[in-house]
Amino acid sequence: MTIRLTTAAAAIALIFAANGALGADKPTDPQIAHIAYTAGVLDIEAAKQAIATSKNKAVVEFAETMVRDHEAVNSQALDLVKKLNVTPEDNDTSKALSQAAEAKRQELAKLTGAEFDKAYVEHEVAYHKQVNGALETMLIPAAQNGELKSLLETGLKLFQGHQQHAEHVATELK
Amino acid sequence: MSAVRVRAALLTLLLGATAAPSQAETIKVMIDRLVYVPTEIEAKPGDEIEWINKDALVHTATVKGGADVLIPAKRSGRLLLKESGSFDYICRYHPNMKGRITVRP
Ligand SMILES: [Cu+2]
Repeated sequence: MTIRLTTAAAAIALIFAANGALGADKPTDPQIAHIAYTAGVLDIEAAKQAIATSKNKAVVEFAETMVRDHEAVNSQALDLVKKLNVTPEDNDTSKALSQAAEAKRQELAKLTGAEFDKAYVEHEVAYHKQVNGALETMLIPAAQNGELKSLLETGLKLFQGHQQHAEHVATELK
Repeated sequence: MSAVRVRAALLTLLLGATAAPSQAETIKVMIDRLVYVPTEIEAKPGDEIEWINKDALVHTATVKGGADVLIPAKRSGRLLLKESGSFDYICRYHPNMKGRITVRP
């Protein structure tokens, strides 16, 4: 399990590294908006799977927070792109994120009970860590529009809180 | 202004001034982009804290083993301070949000 989780985290790290490796091809604002939005949607889907599967109060409460917060941020993001008249643009990072999430969803679907809880929460720690890393090193520095940058910065602070929350739940499950 | 009225005004002022310290207050703490502002506050027993949440996110003010105030998005939450002491609090949903309340009689 640890090996598989590490692989998933490494896969995400690779995705972002690969995107960085494209060199001068820094993501554009429409791409950044798409990546950030996608990352939120994927976490909401994972949370819904957890709410449907888990019987653990702390895990379900965490998952409910993920749905609530990521929906709130994504609706702010939608308002912003509408206001800025930007059309989010699909890209390789978004696609890779979606593929990794689908693989994880199928993997988690085979688990139940404490095994599911542990795998889900550990994935949430790894996922938020990776997304936060991407925000810090790639998305925020690349963002051109001030309002988009500021939304991403608030998002980073929020997801750092999610990471700590997930880490806390993970220690409780031990 | 007549002398009588000035005296009356002065008296109110004085009474007001002496009455104020013992009167319970409502202390406002803003929540803006996942930060409690101000982060640290001082209060007296009997005071009330009102957290005003400007975020579109639900937060809490939670003292470990103690009070747990839910602060809905764009709304506020209140807590009446009963005992003296120094209390660190966090948001249960975003544990990187931290604040402290010091209550002194
Ligand atoms: Cu919070």
